[in-house]
Amino acid sequence: MNAITSYFKDIFHAIKTLLTGMRVTGYYFSHARKEIITQQYPENRDTLKMFDRFRGIVTLTHDENNEHACTGCSACEIACPNGTIEIISDREEDPETGKKKKIIDKFIYHYSMCTLCNLCIISCPTDAIKMDPSFEYATFDRKDLTMILNKPGSKIRKDVK
Amino acid sequence: MIEEVETKDAIKTQEYFVNMGPQHPSTHGVLRLMLELDGEIIKKVTPHIGYIHRSIEKMSEKDSYRQIVHLTDRMDYLSNHMNNEAVCLLVENALEVEVSDRVKVIRTIMSELTRLSSHQLWWGVMGMDLGALTTFLYAFRDREMINDIFEETCGARLTVNYNVPGGVMFDIHPNFQQRVKDFIKSFKTKLPEYDDLLSNNVIFRQRTEGVGILSKEDAISYGVTGPTGRASGFSNDTRKHKPYSAYDRVEFKEILMDKGDTFSRYKARILEMWESVSIIEQLIDNIPEGDIQEPSVKQVIKLPKGEFYQSVETARGELGVYVVSDGQKSPYRLKFRSPGFSNLFVLDHMVRGYKIADLVAMMSTIDLVIPDIDR
Amino acid sequence: MKEPLDLTPLTQSIHDYLLSYLSPFWTTTVEWVIIGVLLIAFVALSVMGLVYIERKVAAFFQLRLGPNRVGKWGLLQTLADFLKLLMKEHITSKNADKFLFNLAPFIIVIASFLAIGAIPFALGLQAMDINIGLFYITAASSIGVLGILIGGWAGNNKYSLIGALRSGAQVVSYEISAVLSLLTIVVLSGSLQLSTIIESQSDGWWIFKGHLPVFIAFIMFLIAGTAETNRGPFDLAEAESELTAGFHTEYSGIKFAMFFLAEYVNLFIIAAVGATVFLGGWMPFHIGNWAAFNEVMNYIPPVIWFFFKVGFVIGLIMWFKWTFPRLRIDQLLVLEWKYLLPINLVNLIVVAFIAMMGWYF
Repeated sequence: MNAITSYFKDIFHAIKTLLTGMRVTGYYFSHARKEIITQQYPENRDTLKMFDRFRGIVTLTHDENNEHACTGCSACEIACPNGTIEIISDREEDPETGKKKKIIDKFIYHYSMCTLCNLCIISCPTDAIKMDPSFEYATFDRKDLTMILNKPGSKIRKDVK
Repeated sequence: MIEEVETKDAIKTQEYFVNMGPQHPSTHGVLRLMLELDGEIIKKVTPHIGYIHRSIEKMSEKDSYRQIVHLTDRMDYLSNHMNNEAVCLLVENALEVEVSDRVKVIRTIMSELTRLSSHQLWWGVMGMDLGALTTFLYAFRDREMINDIFEETCGARLTVNYNVPGGVMFDIHPNFQQRVKDFIKSFKTKLPEYDDLLSNNVIFRQRTEGVGILSKEDAISYGVTGPTGRASGFSNDTRKHKPYSAYDRVEFKEILMDKGDTFSRYKARILEMWESVSIIEQLIDNIPEGDIQEPSVKQVIKLPKGEFYQSVETARGELGVYVVSDGQKSPYRLKFRSPGFSNLFVLDHMVRGYKIADLVAMMSTIDLVIPDIDR
Repeated sequence: MKEPLDLTPLTQSIHDYLLSYLSPFWTTTVEWVIIGVLLIAFVALSVMGLVYIERKVAAFFQLRLGPNRVGKWGLLQTLADFLKLLMKEHITSKNADKFLFNLAPFIIVIASFLAIGAIPFALGLQAMDINIGLFYITAASSIGVLGILIGGWAGNNKYSLIGALRSGAQVVSYEISAVLSLLTIVVLSGSLQLSTIIESQSDGWWIFKGHLPVFIAFIMFLIAGTAETNRGPFDLAEAESELTAGFHTEYSGIKFAMFFLAEYVNLFIIAAVGATVFLGGWMPFHIGNWAAFNEVMNYIPPVIWFFFKVGFVIGLIMWFKWTFPRLRIDQLLVLEWKYLLPINLVNLIVVAFIAMMGWYF
């Protein structure tokens, strides 16, 4: 007799647990309009706002006078674990003081090797480079991923030491 | 060797091999298991690893201590904060630097959030391995909120690289506390749904209860740590035994089960999620003020000569970092004791005599992350 | 009182029209061709619809949007998928048994086509109303497992073989339960002919008339039917997380599409049989003496009633699939032989007793 009661108890317990599971999925099915969490990505480009700190790509900030703050000290180059950054620097005579001063010729950035670890940004003494929250950098050609970050004709800002 | 097995009806059957992986839906990555099968019964499992070996330990030997941290994100990518923390704690201990309370609390909250997100993903995948495909998306819905928290504060969702030796990279975002509270509030209503969908489900119970039993002795001798070991009654929570960061100032239970079957391992993780929620609740409202980076840690870190070891509790078990330093700015030798590696090799011991379907269930309760095993 | 829309005059007039031009032999042949073409078109369309519905339903269960790129609301998604499968390369593995490998998809599709011929879509819209209709459908649809077994064997893949053997054990066992639960209605209505079974429900569907035992039989039929179509919690033959794709691991392109097609046709058949036998087929929903209500219900054409009910059953089966974890093979057989079969047998005896005493409405 005990075996029979436990047999039926098992069945009722099983049905009960199965129905509880179905209630959960059923709730989400019937409230799908409210509960759906997926976003439709390319369509929501305009409204999609990345977080400020999102690490998308390393940029060298230029102001409106086409001037940047990079002194070419190579701190970022040393801090980078992957050899992503290469700085080719030059020496130029300062017209005012007449002293020779180090300036950057090319700030080469290999995006394909970058792990976006942010170590270069925190190592920069003049806050010249920063992480930009932009994305969509996929290309068909690997060489597009090697970028020169300083804009042509750009100069170092006067006040940067 | 293929052996011919004689059954009692004198029908000759043959054992055969099946290669499960490296490309297989339930090996969770590029793990290859050589199964020796008699029908559906598993006679032996031989894990073959190394398909995603990136020599992180060797790379660490040329990297500075600051640079090593970002490599650890890529080991057990679901326990990224804990991995970071392990290296940072080791450096701080070696330099005998004490970080501020603020950093300790932030690190603890972040670690527990990571543990939650890892366990959520595990829960979703566990359901999927057992054929309940819907659980995966529900888990991801909840995990998304944690990822948003990480993205806002750390700048990345998975490879966060938030800890630096001597502190954390940024201060927490102004929205951080509110977001964490929102998450905790919503997750507390969602967690009982996990039970409704899987834990109490009769099919799930049948699949997991009494299957793949791992005794306490075996768990200890195989070095199985984390929830997997604790489900067998092996008390191994590093957070309790060797408290680091702010774990000595919060109250939490070490989840210990006694059965050691697949269901215990499942339940241990579900209960651990409740514990993590309670730890975060204790800390989130009282984050003390303080420096986020210890000024005495210089840009170029040189560890004193000697050997150092630091272990932390990741979502999978005890992660140990062992460094031999010769006084240079990069370690002479660095070794990670990854929890996944020890946990994987107990699989053969557990699975013999069970069916293929049980293997899948056991594999997901061990909670393997293959990059963690290969490194 | 308005009678349900009868399509018999339409089919009869086509028959008479053909007979006036052709000999009886050619009339039958032409009718066969017409029915064949209609059924193929129907199957192709309904499977496309079903796949789309399944994907949308699954998405809504899973908090997703589902297909939404191809066409309005992704309506053309399945068409695009079908075209893709059509253009894919046929890959036959090196040591496969080529003849059987190519034969298996056809067997499985033919089996489901055979079964669909006997399904009554509406009053007078039934390809063959044979007096053993229910028996014929169950017999024809169980040929399908041969296709699975052959396909799993011929691919020369161990995963396929395991899947095929699992499926063999599963379908053979669950066939019994499915048939036993259908027998309860056969006992009550006293016929195997589907039109008679529907006729017997003109004053109320069996699920309402037959008290608890018929309800139990309906649940049993749903479980067994889900298992027979290798779906939901019983998809051991495919078992994506264990056997990658089970019996059709080695199939690609249009051959895979045929397995896919057969799966959904079988789903439709199971739902259609369930709807016909338990839920009154194309019979409108009537409540006792509410003449006005019943009148309104009669205005809805029988075809719509039929598809509405089929949709209901399919919805239930999909709900199972997207909620429950999969069973293990031994538990699957335990469920059949220790639970479903004894309950079904007892249930059948109870129903037979009810039928004998005339205790149903």
